[in-house]
Amino acid sequence: MAEVTERIESAIRGNKVMIFMKGTRSFPQCGFSAATVQIFEELGVPFATADVLADPELRDEVKRYSNWPTIPQIYIDGKFVGGCDIIREMYESGELEPLVKAAVGQSAQQ
Amino acid sequence: MDVKEVEGLIRQGIPDAHVEVRDTTGGGDHFEALIVSNVFEGKGLVERHQTVYKALGDAMRVRVHALSLKTLTPAQHEQNRR
Repeated sequence: MAEVTERIESAIRGNKVMIFMKGTRSFPQCGFSAATVQIFEELGVPFATADVLADPELRDEVKRYSNWPTIPQIYIDGKFVGGCDIIREMYESGELEPLVKAAVGQSAQQ
Repeated sequence: MDVKEVEGLIRQGIPDAHVEVRDTTGGGDHFEALIVSNVFEGKGLVERHQTVYKALGDAMRVRVHALSLKTLTPAQHEQNRR
């Protein structure tokens, strides 16, 4: 397996919430990445990010790996959940919080 | 790429779809789309969006910088309008 694929797999295995994004958590370089980070910050759960702009090889490979042409890409508990629109939709419908909290082992607030 | 072209590609890939595309910046590369189709029935959001991306093919990789998607079944669309 290519080294970059191994890095993707180890990132999604090692982090209950893993976000492949443009820029960093503190300095997102795209509105969709920023909106995604903001949602997870509001949920108050630990999450890890990887900056695809700093790593063109990662940017190409994560698109292929997830069969998803856009960034950001979010993995929860090792499973691909989608991009910014899906995360936003799940957050607004109330589906995201229990899913994320179960993944990180916190109980969801009612 | 203009709105009509994006709509055309989506309709080609999902023939029964009701498609509304909006150019969010006027620059021809940031779009927002509402797509209503029976093909989304029984599919999760990831699979629905993948269906749309597949219809757009290379355009998605090269010419579209951002595309915000809302994918609904006819029943969901009906419910939203009420």
